[in-house]
Amino acid sequence: MPRPTLTFEEIIERLDVYFDAEFTFIKSEDAAELIIKQPRSIQDFILNLCKRISATNEELAFQFTMNSIRALEAMDQHMVEAWAMTATDNYDRKGLTPAMIVIRDLDNYVHTAHVNACGAVLDEEISILLPFVQGLSGRKLKIAEAEDNHAYTDTETIFLPAITALLEESKDNFLIYKATVAFHWAQIQFGTFRLPFDEVLDCDDPVTQLKKITALETIRLEACIKRELPGLYRDMQILKQKTTDNNEQTHSDNWQNVVDKLSAIDACVNDTLHCLELISDKQLPDSCCYQGVLKLDQVTDIMQKRIEKEKAYFRIALSELAKESLKKNKETTEDTDDNETTTFNIKTRNDKQQISNSLVELELEGELVAIPDHVKELMTSIIVDFGEIPPEHLHAAGPGEYDLKKYEDEMLNPDDVWQGTYHEEGAELYNEWNFKRQHYHKNWCVLRELEIEPKYDDFVEDTLDKHKGLLKSLRHTFEILRGEDKLLKRQVYGDDIDIDALVEAYADVKSGMEMTDRLFTKMHKEERNVAVMFMVDMSGSTKGWINDAERESLILLCEVIQILGDRFAIYGFSGVTRTRCELYKIKAFDEEYNDEIKGRISNIQPKDYTRMGVFIRHMTRIFNGVDASTKLLITISDGKPDDYDTYRGEYGVEDTRQALYEAHRDGIHPYCITIDEEARDYLPHMYGAANYSVIDDVTQLPLKVSDIYRKLTT
Amino acid sequence: MQSKALKPEEYFIKDEPYYQTVGDEIAIFEAAYRQSLPILLKGPTGCGKTRFMEHMAWRLKRPLITVSCHDDLTASDLVGRFLISGGETVWVDGPLARSVRHGAICYLDEIVEARKDTTVVIHPLADDRRVLPMEKVGEILEATPEFCLAISYNPGYQSVMKDLKQSTRQRFVALEFDYPDAALEAEIIIKETGIDTATANLLVKFAHMTRDLKGSGLDEGASTRLLVHAAKLIHEGISPVVACKTAISQAITDDADMMVAMHELSSSLF
Ligand SMILES: Nc1ncnc2c1ncn2[C@@H]1O[C@H](COP(=O)(O)OP(=O)(O)O)[C@@H](O)[C@H]1O
Ligand SMILES: [Mg+2]
Repeated sequence: MPRPTLTFEEIIERLDVYFDAEFTFIKSEDAAELIIKQPRSIQDFILNLCKRISATNEELAFQFTMNSIRALEAMDQHMVEAWAMTATDNYDRKGLTPAMIVIRDLDNYVHTAHVNACGAVLDEEISILLPFVQGLSGRKLKIAEAEDNHAYTDTETIFLPAITALLEESKDNFLIYKATVAFHWAQIQFGTFRLPFDEVLDCDDPVTQLKKITALETIRLEACIKRELPGLYRDMQILKQKTTDNNEQTHSDNWQNVVDKLSAIDACVNDTLHCLELISDKQLPDSCCYQGVLKLDQVTDIMQKRIEKEKAYFRIALSELAKESLKKNKETTEDTDDNETTTFNIKTRNDKQQISNSLVELELEGELVAIPDHVKELMTSIIVDFGEIPPEHLHAAGPGEYDLKKYEDEMLNPDDVWQGTYHEEGAELYNEWNFKRQHYHKNWCVLRELEIEPKYDDFVEDTLDKHKGLLKSLRHTFEILRGEDKLLKRQVYGDDIDIDALVEAYADVKSGMEMTDRLFTKMHKEERNVAVMFMVDMSGSTKGWINDAERESLILLCEVIQILGDRFAIYGFSGVTRTRCELYKIKAFDEEYNDEIKGRISNIQPKDYTRMGVFIRHMTRIFNGVDASTKLLITISDGKPDDYDTYRGEYGVEDTRQALYEAHRDGIHPYCITIDEEARDYLPHMYGAANYSVIDDVTQLPLKVSDIYRKLTT
Repeated sequence: MQSKALKPEEYFIKDEPYYQTVGDEIAIFEAAYRQSLPILLKGPTGCGKTRFMEHMAWRLKRPLITVSCHDDLTASDLVGRFLISGGETVWVDGPLARSVRHGAICYLDEIVEARKDTTVVIHPLADDRRVLPMEKVGEILEATPEFCLAISYNPGYQSVMKDLKQSTRQRFVALEFDYPDAALEAEIIIKETGIDTATANLLVKFAHMTRDLKGSGLDEGASTRLLVHAAKLIHEGISPVVACKTAISQAITDDADMMVAMHELSSSLF
């Protein structure tokens, strides 16, 4: 028998004593107002703690009580207790004000002390949870932080609390995250949102009705999870035991019937609807730790937009497939009526277990059509929404029926790219190194490659004219660097026999010595197998003479590298924050150095900020696809990694250093040239993994590069 | 126990290698063989290409000479070279020349890994001339009808450098391989390892999870070969989750977070 809740008077009576209200004039009523709304067990918990704190200080006890409900929403009881004790401890050691700060700054407390001990933090687990959910079948889902403490899904993103600290051990708290993710995946995958919520909730007591639906769906979905992910199901049962006190809930026969029905292999949302009438709100089980809440207002809009969009995309894809198959059959079918709509058929290879995408086939005029990957993905998502491909989706779109622009604008949201759920053409994701945590932020930066319009002016000629003398001596140096063919002698293997070696070997044998096996010659083409990439800082801080210096050096370098015939590429970089890292292609490896390239160099302009790591990683990726025995990555910058957000100071320096290290590991020689009037002290540290030099005069730049060449390529 | 040493060209496969047919690949291979057409096996690693070749060699009763290509493989490694022996130079055939001489099936595995100048030596063999010029000895070897050239290639690498040149690929009849569908793949695992059906099905399901992650953190999903490895460990009594980790996850990624995510997936299944 649970004890009855305390009345307002009873609470006041106790609080007055704890607060010593007669002397302190603390208003017990305000606090009582909050406590009265709680169930008895919570009332007892709060009053008990309040009493303990009041032994230290009454004002502190009052503040605690006023914040206690909020605290219980954010943390479990153990942690609330620990929080209260931290406050009293602070009072003892530092006085009332610091103690009050602990109580008032609840959010901060949640984030730091105790959570570090045992809680799981979404920010840190997302790099595991995201591939986990994407490995489960169906629509590619995203994961994001919920504003409040409740998990839910809008059918595209699963929202999770920032912190989970319900259980004592962090691995259990992670397990709660994992179970929550799987449960919401199951909601989407197994059709919870196919329920006609509008109809069902149109009743006298929609709140209770929703509770009933939630309870029934939980049974059905857990049965699905048991079939699909038996290992996780076991863990979920253990979690349930750990998070509820009275795990022995006795159920009526009626309830057992409902459970059996909803656990059947072919149970669907219609069974949930059917069972709705069979149960009363009295017998609902407590909600469990991974169940979250249904936020239908978040679902409707998103679902409607997606369904409309995917239908459009799918029908357009069908019309393309139809066109292709028409092309193939051109010889046979002579007359085709453009006005008639083409309709596809769906064939399901029946595998009772579950409709999975691989078993659905498309048919056009009795012939199977190969489904491209992106269309498969669409079909998966449509099937998740409807449980099938609805017949009206199967008509190929007529010409001009849809305006895709409407949907494309939405897709340009950089945050979506960051979630990695779709790949926008040309956007690539890169990790970033967080030295404080000593780990990588996964897919942190979004990089796009952009073009620079060529500007045809006198810049190139002026530069060549201005540096005539320098150019001449550079040409000379580079010509010496050019290699030639060589005949290697005395090789173990080779194309021809080395006669001299053979004669000597005979002599050796005759005189009783051991014969060498180095008897061949080999033609070794001293092909200069060098590829060099220039990465040019286009951040705002280069405005002025640095930008001029960069452009002039590039022109000179291009002139002399031509002599060697080495492959080279030039890219400029800049951007604002991690979602907008912009790379400007000036010359790709496979482009000729021509007037257009010269025009692009001329038009290199200072843009925004300097985030370095992401670009070095991108260059490394490009370089990994290039076959060269020597790879040089030469960064030309003003030496200050700096971005609008936290990429300032140590963070940026450490990430750059890490990226340079990664490049080095992949067999690339990074070399950083910093154009700066005064060398900074952080340069040796940042460029430790690479070599670097600091110069203050443009004329030094090509010389510097020819030095590097000599060092690294001969 | 003593093992027998046989020259590859004298080695005929006696027992039928188990190969689960997926489509009409056997019929096509046989037709191409009869017509002396060279064959290109396309498909991801570990999906049964090598096993298929062994099976075909057995079927056609020809020796199979396999060369795994790598970036140091030179034309001489394939055709042959002079060696010094007892004070004289002697010519020694490479595997390609040996295959041609003995009418064997020559299978060049992962052909794109070989250097580009190496790939061209197979060109005269791969068109209707069917000859192998051996410049060093000034001879031209003519292939008999029994000889067969097959190469394999994994288009999944998606690197420009590792693409097969048109001039090469257009000489071959292409057979496309992919991981078999779920039921067949489970059957292969069962036949190869003797593991029970339920575990085999879960392994295949795990493979599909990893294949779904291709492009979102993984370069390649788990191949049939890796599933067979994991199943063998499980058959030896290793727990399925550990088997998935050591035989599959570790093999397809080095990324620590990805490894944990895959562990979470496998522990959700078993
Ligand atoms: N169709 C198949 N029939 C039988 N075994 C197969 C089949 N496909 C894959 N396997 C199994 O997978 C393993 C790897 O296949 P393999 O032929 O070595 O792959 P590939 O040459 O394509 O890299 C084989 O040893 C075998 O156990
Ligand atoms: Mg800058």
